[in-house]
Amino acid sequence: MAADTTLAGLDALELAPAPGRVDAGERARRAWAATWPKLAAVALVWLVWELIHLTGWKKFVLPGPGVTLTNLWEQAKTGLLWHACGDTVLRALIGYGVALVIGTVVGLLVARVPPLRAAVGSLITGMQTLPSAAWIPFAIILFGLTNASILFIIVMASAPAIANAVISGVDFIPPLLLKSARIMGLGGLGLTRHLIIPAALPTFVAGLKQAWAFTWHALLTAELLVLVAGEPSIGQLFAADQDQTDMPSTIAIMIVILILGIAVDGAFGVANRAIRKRRGLA
Amino acid sequence: MSTTAVTQAAAVSLAGVSKVYGRGGSAVRALDQVSLTVQPGEFTCLIGASGCGKSTLLSLVAGLDRPTSGDITVHGQVALMFQEPGLFPWLTAGANVELALRARKVPRAERKARAAELLDAVHLRGFAGKRPHELSGGMRQRVALARALAQDADVLLMDEPFGALDAMTRDLLHDELDRVRERVGKGLTVLFVTHNVREAVRLGDRVVLLSSRPGRVIEEYPVPVMRPRRIDSAPVAELASVITDRLRAEVSRHGS
Repeated sequence: MAADTTLAGLDALELAPAPGRVDAGERARRAWAATWPKLAAVALVWLVWELIHLTGWKKFVLPGPGVTLTNLWEQAKTGLLWHACGDTVLRALIGYGVALVIGTVVGLLVARVPPLRAAVGSLITGMQTLPSAAWIPFAIILFGLTNASILFIIVMASAPAIANAVISGVDFIPPLLLKSARIMGLGGLGLTRHLIIPAALPTFVAGLKQAWAFTWHALLTAELLVLVAGEPSIGQLFAADQDQTDMPSTIAIMIVILILGIAVDGAFGVANRAIRKRRGLA
Repeated sequence: MSTTAVTQAAAVSLAGVSKVYGRGGSAVRALDQVSLTVQPGEFTCLIGASGCGKSTLLSLVAGLDRPTSGDITVHGQVALMFQEPGLFPWLTAGANVELALRARKVPRAERKARAAELLDAVHLRGFAGKRPHELSGGMRQRVALARALAQDADVLLMDEPFGALDAMTRDLLHDELDRVRERVGKGLTVLFVTHNVREAVRLGDRVVLLSSRPGRVIEEYPVPVMRPRRIDSAPVAELASVITDRLRAEVSRHGS
């Protein structure tokens, strides 16, 4: 009995004390600490841009921030911009979703089946170095100026990145965990589900973020060149602005793209932190 | 099904087991003609200096690796514990134990209660919801013990399981291991590898001394000390010093 209480005492001493509750004031202070550098950065960019504009460099084609933001506001009121954003984001999500399924399945197979890895392992890395623009002629000849073309280009650009993320995630699983799983009698699908996938998750999520960048790059490249009739998209707005040498609109749309990119990056950041916290890495 | 056998089958038996890694000139003979019989319910400690192939021997018994020659028979289910707990960091302590139950097809409805029972057996009641990184080293090793027990093993292989713990925690876990074996109550056979002679004498019914490079059984010491034992009691210390002398003699053979 004495040994039990000693053990319990030791347990109590070794555990870190629970962190105190964070009150509203502290939370506000932290939010402000995270926000002000971002606001300052935006202000700095605005300032530099305004100064360049004031020097009069390329003044007939380069608008100042005021004109550009007014343009953005006007576009935001018309609805066309929202429609275009919606279409583009929807394509990105569908293409990314398809690439996610294909990339994950291929990645798991290649990682777990040695002959398959020998056969196509380096091919996957090779495909990742192929610029997405290289798929455009291929896709247009195959599918014409359709949504299918655009989705095809996205999948070809991002699936290899996802497959590679799965492969390196599996490669970095600690051997001790694999041994433990084998001793427990986990094998086949059980092993994949209970060990391989969760253990590979942190590397996988990092790869997903990279794959999203590939998706986004491929999508905008494709939309500039594969103009699908009747479906306004960000790329199509871009193409129209380029034809009309409408610089304020062009920059306004670049800002929209930037904001979308930052929002998605934030979502990945949240997922990444959640995973690390769960495993005691953050 | 079973009839009373006249001679009880050994839990683990090794007959002339050798293990060679590599080939030709660079081949390393880790184990050489090791023969060992462990009775059901017996606690056997394997002791030896570095290079005696202790861990290799456990891997072979666990079936993680095959011997180069010789025969190994194991009766019943085997579980293995390492110096590191090897818990899955994304699962809670309870879920880690439940996964072992799931792997041997325990129905879902029973798993939670059974896992709680096992955690209770290692005095971790109330810690089922903690993740490994929230527990101390000793607590993690107890979760690993609960997970090993969840495999419903007849033979528990332990590879320096307390080697990374501080002395006080280690001593308490020795007591804990004794209690858990009583509590399991079906005569859990243990094959325990360590390089700590006192630990071996404190825990084992028998201490088997292995030579180094290659590993061979050079001496066996029964431990005639009554339980409960203490690692700092005189009878334990006495036998430990005898074994230590023999171990040192073996080690110095390699220096000359």
